[in-house]
Amino acid sequence: MAKNKDIVMQERNLQTVSAQQRIVKIVVKAGTYLFLSIMALIVLFPFYWMIISSLKTLDEYRQNIPTFWPKIIVWGNYAEAFSQASLGRLFLNTAFVGVVSTILSLVITVLSAFAFARLEFKGKDLMFGALLATMMIPGELFTITNYATINNFGWMKTFYALIIPFLVSVFYIYLLRQNFLQIPNELYLAAKVDGCGDLKYLWKVMIPLSLPTLISITILKMMGAWNSYVWPRLVANDEAHRLITNGLRNAFTATTGDVNYPVQMAAVAIVSAPLFLVFIFLRKYIMKGVSRSGIKG
Amino acid sequence: MVDSKQQWKAWLYLSPAIVLLLIFTVWPIINTVRLAFLEGYNALEATWGATYNVGIGNFIEVLNYKDFLTCLKNTVLLTFLTVPLSTLLALLIAVALNSIKPLQKFLQTIFFLPYVTNSIAIGMVFAAMFNIIGLRPSGDVADSWGIINNIIMFFGGDPVNWINAQSSYAANMAVMTVYIVWNALPFKILILLGGLQSINKQYYDAARVDGTPRRRVFTRITVPLLSPMLAYVVITGFIGGFKEYSSIVGIFGEKMGPVGDPYSLNTMVGYIYEELPEMNYGVASAAALILFVIILIVTIINGWVSKKRVHF
Repeated sequence: MAKNKDIVMQERNLQTVSAQQRIVKIVVKAGTYLFLSIMALIVLFPFYWMIISSLKTLDEYRQNIPTFWPKIIVWGNYAEAFSQASLGRLFLNTAFVGVVSTILSLVITVLSAFAFARLEFKGKDLMFGALLATMMIPGELFTITNYATINNFGWMKTFYALIIPFLVSVFYIYLLRQNFLQIPNELYLAAKVDGCGDLKYLWKVMIPLSLPTLISITILKMMGAWNSYVWPRLVANDEAHRLITNGLRNAFTATTGDVNYPVQMAAVAIVSAPLFLVFIFLRKYIMKGVSRSGIKG
Repeated sequence: MVDSKQQWKAWLYLSPAIVLLLIFTVWPIINTVRLAFLEGYNALEATWGATYNVGIGNFIEVLNYKDFLTCLKNTVLLTFLTVPLSTLLALLIAVALNSIKPLQKFLQTIFFLPYVTNSIAIGMVFAAMFNIIGLRPSGDVADSWGIINNIIMFFGGDPVNWINAQSSYAANMAVMTVYIVWNALPFKILILLGGLQSINKQYYDAARVDGTPRRRVFTRITVPLLSPMLAYVVITGFIGGFKEYSSIVGIFGEKMGPVGDPYSLNTMVGYIYEELPEMNYGVASAAALILFVIILIVTIINGWVSKKRVHF
């Protein structure tokens, strides 16, 4: 009898323990979601503030007690921002530099990666090692001499200065070479036996098979052109060649004080919009590319 | 077997990359070191036939220059404030994200969003949020306190002059820290979450069987197995921190400081870029080499610490 009672007691204990555990589990889960929601709201807040501010009238923006949704929606701010910063011209310049440098950069990267992955030549390993070693050096070290070089070439205030110095990315060559190496060599040899030339093989087999990597490179390269600020400001800060980030900064020099923020925020929203669109549709490629490269743009 | 046709082809395919790298990467490395040791080298004077002594004069000039020390202080302070803070926050968020199932992908996307932004553009949004709008001629603050001060006052705090004229250095640094951490989170979360998801589930099952408490699981399983990713995130964070520049331009504009106190928030990279249009390549090169050496030392120390601490 006593033994039975013991067992019952033990079972009851176990039940309360598991009930307790369940409560702890629920509390932890709820806490986790609460923490993540708060952090997500903090992360999103600047975007929200940018959008609602860009739609307010200046008077409403200046109100003592802020409104969290514009009383009157003023789309005119966007038109004003567009003309005030001559964003149209900046868009064209940036698109031109982005597209041309991406295409040229892809050609150079594919050819180099192919040479390293498929061809045999003297000094290959040494050459590849030397390339990788240059990745250790911060880009700021190159800027000084490149600035002088561009000056000597007479390329100041030209598109050459914006495109040519950054065409070769050792990291992209490395990334694509790794990808090419995964494609079995037998395919290459078989193609050769069939009389298929190198370039045709590249075009028909290797490029389609490594398309995801090429897409990642393309997106990151385009984003780089969109976001580049320092170099363009140094070498081509004139009306005809100015890129979008510089143009934005130049058009709205004052960041503090009594500024027409609604128009400024509208300009910021216009500049940010293409990035968000690319992100929404090509998120997978961006995140994959970034997690392997660790570089911004 | 290396046939000569392949040799020839390989060099042909590599030639565009090699030519560009020689001009824009290899030559700059050699030339920067050369210029750094030519005392007082100025490109404009050099074209008129000026000659320069070889020596360490540029380095002495840089290190004795008051503005450079300001830049160095700002850079070091910002790096040591933002890297630990952003790493810790990113770790907490990544662990939390890893422990949930519904909404995980959705939240992950939200946390990645700051990555795909233009640091100048969003800097302007942060400036708007911290700005105190408009000063009356009398110096009184007109109309509003700005949204951040509104939030602080809602919770019963006192408003702060964050970035306007006569704002304090501490307030400026606080704003920069917030912005840089906000900007640095996405990359760190992405890497750490990737690391967490690749940890073998068996370790956690074993811990559950043994009834290991949550905190112990975190410190004894999660952190050690995540340590290579943590080391990677910290090292890239330090390197990025020492190159901080455009986020400050985003908030404070090209004057790199609040109105009335320009360049008070300048950084080392900012200092190098300032010397370029003046053609003071010698001093700029010396500053760039100093930056390179600092980054190298920090990377080596990080590598050395993580070798002792990182578990595989």
